[in-house]
Amino acid sequence: MFGYTLRRIIYTAPVLLGVAVVCFALVHISPGDPLISILPADASVDLQNRLRVLYGFDRSYPEQFILWLGRALQGDLGTSIATGRPVTTEVMRAVANTLMLAAVATFIGFVLGCFFGFVAGYFSNSPLDKAASAAAVFGVSVPHYWLGMVLVIIFSAQLGWLPAAGAGPGGSSQWKFDMVHLSYMVLPALTMSVIPMGIIARTVRALVAEILAQEFVIGLRARGLSEFGVFLHVVKNAAPTALAVMGVQLGYLLGGSILIETVFSWPGTGMLLNSAIFQRDLPLLQGTILVLALFFVVLNLAVDVLQSALDPRIKR
Amino acid sequence: MAHAKFTLTAVLLATTVLSVPVVAHAQDKILRIGMTAADIPRTLGQPDQGFEGNRFTGMTIYDSLTAWDLSKEDEASVVIPSLATEWAVDPDDTTKWTFTLRDDVTFHDGSPFNAEAVVWNVQKVLDEDAPHFDASQVGVTASRMPTLRSAQVIDEFTVELTTSEPDSFLPINLTNLFMASPSHWQAKFDETGDAESAWAAFAADPSGSGPFRVTGFVPRERLELAGNTDYWNPDRTPKLDGVVLVPLPEANARTAALLSGQVDWIEAPAPDAIPQIESRGFTIYANPQPHVWPWQLSFAEGSPWLDRRVRHAANLCFDREDLQILLGGYMGIPKGTVDPTHPWWGNPDFDIRYDLDEAQRLMTEAGFSAENPLTVKVQTSASGSGQMQPIPMNEYLQQALRDCYFDVELDVIEWNTLFTNWRRGATDESANGAHAINVTFATMDPFFAMVRFSSTGTFPPVSNNWGYFGNDEFDALIADARTTFEDDARDEALGRLHKRLVEEAPFVWVAHDAGPRAMSTRVTGVVQPRSWFIDIAPMDIE
Repeated sequence: MFGYTLRRIIYTAPVLLGVAVVCFALVHISPGDPLISILPADASVDLQNRLRVLYGFDRSYPEQFILWLGRALQGDLGTSIATGRPVTTEVMRAVANTLMLAAVATFIGFVLGCFFGFVAGYFSNSPLDKAASAAAVFGVSVPHYWLGMVLVIIFSAQLGWLPAAGAGPGGSSQWKFDMVHLSYMVLPALTMSVIPMGIIARTVRALVAEILAQEFVIGLRARGLSEFGVFLHVVKNAAPTALAVMGVQLGYLLGGSILIETVFSWPGTGMLLNSAIFQRDLPLLQGTILVLALFFVVLNLAVDVLQSALDPRIKR
Repeated sequence: MAHAKFTLTAVLLATTVLSVPVVAHAQDKILRIGMTAADIPRTLGQPDQGFEGNRFTGMTIYDSLTAWDLSKEDEASVVIPSLATEWAVDPDDTTKWTFTLRDDVTFHDGSPFNAEAVVWNVQKVLDEDAPHFDASQVGVTASRMPTLRSAQVIDEFTVELTTSEPDSFLPINLTNLFMASPSHWQAKFDETGDAESAWAAFAADPSGSGPFRVTGFVPRERLELAGNTDYWNPDRTPKLDGVVLVPLPEANARTAALLSGQVDWIEAPAPDAIPQIESRGFTIYANPQPHVWPWQLSFAEGSPWLDRRVRHAANLCFDREDLQILLGGYMGIPKGTVDPTHPWWGNPDFDIRYDLDEAQRLMTEAGFSAENPLTVKVQTSASGSGQMQPIPMNEYLQQALRDCYFDVELDVIEWNTLFTNWRRGATDESANGAHAINVTFATMDPFFAMVRFSSTGTFPPVSNNWGYFGNDEFDALIADARTTFEDDARDEALGRLHKRLVEEAPFVWVAHDAGPRAMSTRVTGVVQPRSWFIDIAPMDIE
């Protein structure tokens, strides 16, 4: 187990280096001026050149990359061009917000997804299966920003039950675990949860149907095991795959759905990316992508290790 | 019975005690504003996010030497004294200006405002050797006062500013230089040890001399301001207890936040939501802004716009009132870069209007017809700051100009790319063969409004004369305006420049933004001036 985990950790290093190269290159080859967020279009050529030197954009790309990577390895992702704040602080604050939202959304999605998946798998081809599968297809295919807007229109603008946007009420400075702050999370978390819900439901349905058709289940029943006992066996066999799917989904959600966070003005990584792209804030864009990639890789690693613990065959 | 009485008393007492903070909160007059920005504009003195930054974290927390008069809604906003009570140019050396300062102003940290503070604030963006020089503030400052070079203390409340060349626009430019507290920055520097960290600490806990001071700041989430009851100007001493600024970049989210009572005021509501906002009892404030939504035309060799008849025809060929309806009524109809009530109007001979017959006559005279239309390509974006509704508006123009034998091809590119291309000019390959570019611009300052589009000295890549429009006549008009230092005479000179600009028509003037903002009727004392800005200080909330 230790050897397997160590091997998986070592494999992540080239992946992260690749991610760093790709993210640096993509950001730099995109059109537009990197100083656009702080330089009005009227800025003189002298001023443009002066700032280019001050921000280090006059150096060659390899030189910029090495400097950026060197600092990043020490935890310094540079300074946001637009705000002047350290990128690391900006990203970590956004990650914390997205993490809260993604965790709640994943939990809701996992619970509902498993529920619909098991119902559909156990009662395959029945009306229950069709209803549960329809819910899963809805989750996967509905445009999430549209769903978000519909929820806002109903629950905020019309009924006035829940806040429409932001992460907390005006006048309070920090996020707290209280009813007021949680109310800000309900709509974005619900909207976000339909993504993992749909995917997990479809995966679990297929798994359950397949497991139920296997001979060992017939054997279990033949030996007189209760249906609950059989259910536990099915859960145990379905868990590694469901866990892997959930891990990947959590990874995606950590990236923050740009559209959902923008619709709800949730100050997470999705909105940070949106803002960095529109302002062409290169250090912020690179830093955010790198941190998100890091989270994704670490999450995959954790899921792989957990999966192998649950199902030792994977290690082989 | 006694038990019941005790219970009732206890409940009443508990209710009273528990309700105290609620009542206290309800009594606070806090104005909550949903901005269009994705982040709180920078708070360290020179805001980012364009004029929305100046509006919300510039003019609220800080003052400048000169300011815009935002107290009138029916005439153009003009520059008035603020921290400087008067100013004059040296008649023997017109690059030197003397500004007399107010002697009764203190910053929020209690330190005095004086000539040394002005010099310090000029140095923060212009003197790379100054310990407090901040590169991140240079971009938004230096380009808005391109000729300012240095400042020098004359006495405690008199300061001399020097420009690189004679420039009568300086007092207007100085509305963009906000005065931060040197003492407060020094305290941050003493704590942190380096300038960059000191500015970061200053941004989190800023000190200006404005009508509001910062009491809470969560980046990308909210900025909390409290009224500065010791403000030096009694007309602008806030009645509000506080203001909360919330970034809400998505138009539908802003609208929902207003409708659900989460905020009291939103900037730029979604146009199709305006009827619903109005029907729910909110007030929409709008007034044409100093802003132009144009096609900026190419005068490069081979451009079809080189013929003035074609330029005039395009300006006459579409009904701007129709376009106004398309935009829900929230659009100003242009008569030029500035409107006829403006001091720079100048009474041009060419009347921008809808006159289809005249437009067709001009096009026929220029050799075009329905069978032989003129193909023009326009580069635009699908969105962008100040661009209003670029795709529907351009499609409207495309359709309308067909009647005058124009065949308009739209080249839609990403906003930041378009903005970058604006500097590269019509002959650069980034123009992709376009004969016009559609980038909106602010017109508060003569350089921004006219000079950069009509001087031979502002051809690309120097500034935004994308179409290479200009000649000796315009250079002379600009020089005349720049070296006329008496306000009325300077405005007359700018009027002569505007008159010729409209007559030569290097633009198709399409619209002025009306800057609609929706507010709860609880907000009182609102004056929506003909400006990008609005003064929050005199407002109140019921």
